Amino acid sequence: MLPYLLKRLWHTVFVVVGISVISFFFIHLSGDPVMLMLPGDASHAEIEALREQMGFNDPLYEQYLRFAWQALRGKFGNSLYYKVPAMELILERLPASLELAVAAMLIALVVAVPVGIISAVRRGSLLDMGSMLGALFGLSMPHFWLGIMMILLFSVELGWLPTSGRGSLAQLVMPAIALGMSLTAMFARLTRSVMLEVLSLDYIRTARSKGLREWIVISKHAFKNALIPIVTVAGMQFGFLLGGTVIIETVFAWPGVGRLVIQAIFNRDYPLVQSIVLVLALIFVAVNFLVDMLYMYLDPQISYFEDK
Amino acid sequence: MNSATIAKSSLFEAIEPRLRFMAETLREVARRPSALAGGIMLALILAVSLGFPLVYPVDPLEQDLMARFTPPVWQTGGSWAFPLGADNLGRDVLARLLHGSRVSLLVGFSAVAVAELAGIILGLISGYYGGKLDSLIMRIADVFMAYPFMLLTISVIAVLGNSIVNLILVLGLSDWVTYARTIRGSVLSLKKKEFVEASRAIGTPHRVIITRHILPNVISPLLVLGTLRVANIIIWESGLSFLGMGVPPPMPTWGRMLAEGRIYITDAWWLVTLPGLAIMVTILSINLLGDGLRDALDPRLRNI
Repeated sequence: MLPYLLKRLWHTVFVVVGISVISFFFIHLSGDPVMLMLPGDASHAEIEALREQMGFNDPLYEQYLRFAWQALRGKFGNSLYYKVPAMELILERLPASLELAVAAMLIALVVAVPVGIISAVRRGSLLDMGSMLGALFGLSMPHFWLGIMMILLFSVELGWLPTSGRGSLAQLVMPAIALGMSLTAMFARLTRSVMLEVLSLDYIRTARSKGLREWIVISKHAFKNALIPIVTVAGMQFGFLLGGTVIIETVFAWPGVGRLVIQAIFNRDYPLVQSIVLVLALIFVAVNFLVDMLYMYLDPQISYFEDK
Repeated sequence: MNSATIAKSSLFEAIEPRLRFMAETLREVARRPSALAGGIMLALILAVSLGFPLVYPVDPLEQDLMARFTPPVWQTGGSWAFPLGADNLGRDVLARLLHGSRVSLLVGFSAVAVAELAGIILGLISGYYGGKLDSLIMRIADVFMAYPFMLLTISVIAVLGNSIVNLILVLGLSDWVTYARTIRGSVLSLKKKEFVEASRAIGTPHRVIITRHILPNVISPLLVLGTLRVANIIIWESGLSFLGMGVPPPMPTWGRMLAEGRIYITDAWWLVTLPGLAIMVTILSINLLGDGLRDALDPRLRNI
């Protein structure tokens, strides 16, 4: 197990370095980052001042090393627009985004797993067909549109829920459902297919023939094994969820990182954009690493000694 | 027999089994009602998107300020001049939806083509040659996977500017990883097969082995993957457009229509409802077809 762990760790380090390189270079994509950050009518002196301030006159590799070294120490440069360290802004907004992502993930799991199990157990029933059709619709709906439709129905027409903002549970409901919808659909389909596969295995027949009650067979014998792919996908999807908050936060004026990044882009505040992208990618890597560890714990069958 | 006919018949021989395979796949797909429905829906959408100027040649940009917020025809106050209503500038919603379909489909299919091309090339190289090159490509793939897709495309589009070509390239190139990984996996198992080893033993160049023996055998899962990804790309394109980073104005897109309509949500429900419905129907048809294709091509995956 240790060699696998070390290999995985080495991959993670490579990924982190790769991410820092991409994040560093992305503001150089357009050619001159200074022109990117300043409005079109900036004077020559202003351009030179910013270039000097950002260190753009140094060789690229020197700039990168400085960037990486600062990042390692948790310093991500200053926001041009807000004139404060970018990290400060991100940490201020991050809890809101995490709250939204976690809520969406919870809703998805709580709804989808039972639906998937019931669909698998009652395969071909009206319930199964209905929920799978629902899942197909859930997958086909852009989440931001679902958000808008919910605002139209529950806020504009019925007046039950507030349209935007953060603070109360009522404000969390719609953005979390909208963000979690496609995930719910995906998990329901996944749970169903995994359960179908597991339920057809021999040991389930053995358990049944022993005279165990059906729900024990399903919950203890089958579901436990179906859990592995679900956990893996849930972990992988968490990062995408954080990325997905970008649009949904805009729809619901949710004060999270996603909205911050959009505002930063429109303010041409690229150092801030760069920092946000880097931080979110790092969170994603960390979550994936944890999921891998969890996977190892959940599935003792897989040998991690061999090079796959 | 002259050389031209020889070439022709050998070409036919090479293509014939693939054609038969495609026909069989199509028959398999058509046997499933949901997949058939998806296929027909998508064909209709494509036909409408290509052919609508013949039937409905209305300018999507023409403003008629007297007709602002005209509701759809079936509502009181609606008129046949604007079958699906008019927006805040009095532009025809139906015309805008039809023109928007072209953007979504063009970006969706082109970006997937870009992603497939990049993924196939890198996956083939990675799987076939193995070694250091393989690890390098796979580690780069890890890096791409670690980047939240939406954030990557948003930030790159923000820097590069939002032309339609940039959009296709950025969406396509951020999505190559899945294809590369799928291809690599198949190549790894395929290159150990006897017919490939036999071919190598008689000294066939790598280039020929890859294009003649490997590629044709690994391409079909990609077709499926691609179909399903078009749906995702269209959703992302409309999302970018919604955020103001899609195809530049004044070209109407479904995402931009949603963003503009959102401001008038209390007065004009059709401005926020119809573009989303258009996206959903398109994605639904692609998903239905994609599910059917996957079942037809890979019976093992049938229940997923």
